[in-house]
Amino acid sequence: MLGYTVRRVLMMIPTLLAISAIVFVIIQLPPGDYFTSYLNELQSRGESVDPNKIAFLKEQYGFDKPLYQQYLYWVGGLLHGDMGYSFEYDLPVRTVVGDRLLLTFVVSFTTILFTWLVAFPIGVYTAVRQYSVSDYSLTFLGFIGLATPNFLLALVLQYLAHVWFGASIGGLMDAQYIDASWSWAKVGSVLAHLWIPVIVIGTSGTAGMIRRLRANLLDELQKQYVVTAHAKGMPPLRALLKYPLRMALNPFIADIGNLLPQVISGAAIVSVVLSLPTTGPMLLRALQSQDMYLAGSFLMFLATLTVIGTLLSDLALAALDPRIRFTGQAAS
Amino acid sequence: MNDASDPLPHYVNRAPYDPDAAEPMSAAQRRFYSASQWTLMWWKLRRHRVAVVSGAFLLLLYLAAAFAEVIAPYDLQSRHTEYLFAPPQRVHLFHDGALTGPYVYGLSVRLDLDNMRWVYSEDRTQIHRLRFFCTADDYPGARYSFWNLFETSFHLVCPAPGGQLFLLGTDRLGRDMFSRIVYGARISLTIGLLGISISLLLGVVIGGIAGYWGGIVDILVQRLIEVVRSFPELPLWMALSAILPVTWSPIAVYLGITVILGLLDWPGLARAVRSKLLALREEDFCLAAQLMGASPPRIIFRHLLPSFSSHLIASATLSIPSMILAETALSFLGLGLRPPITSWGVLLNEAQNINVVALYPWLMLPVVPVILVVLAFQFLGDGLRDAADPYR
Repeated sequence: MLGYTVRRVLMMIPTLLAISAIVFVIIQLPPGDYFTSYLNELQSRGESVDPNKIAFLKEQYGFDKPLYQQYLYWVGGLLHGDMGYSFEYDLPVRTVVGDRLLLTFVVSFTTILFTWLVAFPIGVYTAVRQYSVSDYSLTFLGFIGLATPNFLLALVLQYLAHVWFGASIGGLMDAQYIDASWSWAKVGSVLAHLWIPVIVIGTSGTAGMIRRLRANLLDELQKQYVVTAHAKGMPPLRALLKYPLRMALNPFIADIGNLLPQVISGAAIVSVVLSLPTTGPMLLRALQSQDMYLAGSFLMFLATLTVIGTLLSDLALAALDPRIRFTGQAAS
Repeated sequence: MNDASDPLPHYVNRAPYDPDAAEPMSAAQRRFYSASQWTLMWWKLRRHRVAVVSGAFLLLLYLAAAFAEVIAPYDLQSRHTEYLFAPPQRVHLFHDGALTGPYVYGLSVRLDLDNMRWVYSEDRTQIHRLRFFCTADDYPGARYSFWNLFETSFHLVCPAPGGQLFLLGTDRLGRDMFSRIVYGARISLTIGLLGISISLLLGVVIGGIAGYWGGIVDILVQRLIEVVRSFPELPLWMALSAILPVTWSPIAVYLGITVILGLLDWPGLARAVRSKLLALREEDFCLAAQLMGASPPRIIFRHLLPSFSSHLIASATLSIPSMILAETALSFLGLGLRPPITSWGVLLNEAQNINVVALYPWLMLPVVPVILVVLAFQFLGDGLRDAADPYR
């Protein structure tokens, strides 16, 4: 297990390096840079700007250096926890980002928890009662969840929450807590607002999870040992829980790797609609204004979150399933 | 028997071969055993009711998209400035208990000064009977150029002379939503197909190279797949579409978006191709082809790919929904297609805030075709996947 863990962690390094290179290329691709567009914008408004200041900033951030040096500078900074400088806010990225990374993590984590809690009972139920009315209707509901665009669900749910519960619209906490430091009241306010984004982001992942759990459990239930267990009179619930369910549980762990990118993607757009103080809206703005370090660090953070999630799910899977551990291959 | 003219030294039975000699086959059995793989697949798919209905529905939609100009009563950009945010009009059959045929009531407009919005109500005195299969020039937006080939004003259904027909209401510029949704189908329905073609091409070539040669190439490709898959899709899509220059024409942006959608979707297909090829290249028929000197591309595309192309098509069909949803999401955020190109996502861009949900819910209607199309592709894909292995 230790050898597997070490190997798996070492494999992460080239992956992360490749990701950082791709992210860097992407944020460099748009023609021009932030300063050029900033200068143009100021000039078009008839304001003048000290060219010395721009030149100083350009030099400070290595814009005059060749690309590979800029890349090394950026990656080296990331390794120290220095995420670069946001030109638009005129502040270090770390200060701008602040709680957003934490809140993104909270939203993603809660969503995955929600997905598990909902998918587990429904998946088991639909597998045991295959082809019943409730199976069909739950499956159909799952399909609708897959097919409805997240952002629209967010809008409608937000409206309904407003009409039925009078919840304040948008955001992840009540207004008075936004700049307040963390307290129990603030945590409570966040929790009270969290359910809409969690439900909205979680629907499609939940629908997929239900389908996979149902299929796996159905395969398992048709096997001979289950028939034998029933034949020798084992109580049905025990015959379900003892082995078939444990065998069918693998997707719950293996799927974190798939679920996490999906959740983060979903969160990005839903938080734009619901104006959540997570990474999504800020990423969108940063991309539009070519605030390259801000955008790049966000992308890098999201990708790293995904890679670490995949790592954890692989490790958990290996711990649970000796077959994976001993063949030495990650379940990919 | 004439031994002298027989070229073979050993005995050959000259009686015609009767395949039924050992075990007679019925006509139905013969038909089954001599059917091609695609025929078998079709027979199996035909039994999958939901998939067939979905397929027929999609076919109908693509047909409607092709003839959008005929089906939409108005053209894409025609504005009705006196009817902004008009609600959908109901089509009635009976007026005062008498059958008057399909008709709509006229709209009477009043400005609500307290809330600063137009309030519409049905004007029961005006009866506008619909015209079907009409060639009418008597309302704005009637004339169009069909596929840029010839000008005409033939429509499936037209509003009455002097009347309106807003089946799904109008938007903030007074443009008919129904017409715009019909036109939007063109973009929304093709973007998935184009995107999947790019993704399929990339997946087959990259997966084919990895699976056929194996070794170091395979390891590199596997790492690449892992890297691409560990990106959260939507933020990466957002970043890539933010790259598309503002100066590009809408058509170029449209093509750019399809390329972006395809660029991130191929890993799944490449992985499927790779694992199949790894197994198939050990087969005897592949060895035979190699010994006869066939080139690797010929072996991959001519001998190996056809044995699982049905699977490929099924999995490609299953990834179309995510592409359609992605385009909708990007356009909704304003990063995807830009007007005047109109897709369902661009239409939904109008429904960005909660006021729309409360005041003008019909602006959210473009989501209905999105959901239906995504579901139809999903069901069709499921059916194709089951049918892809006809011998099971």
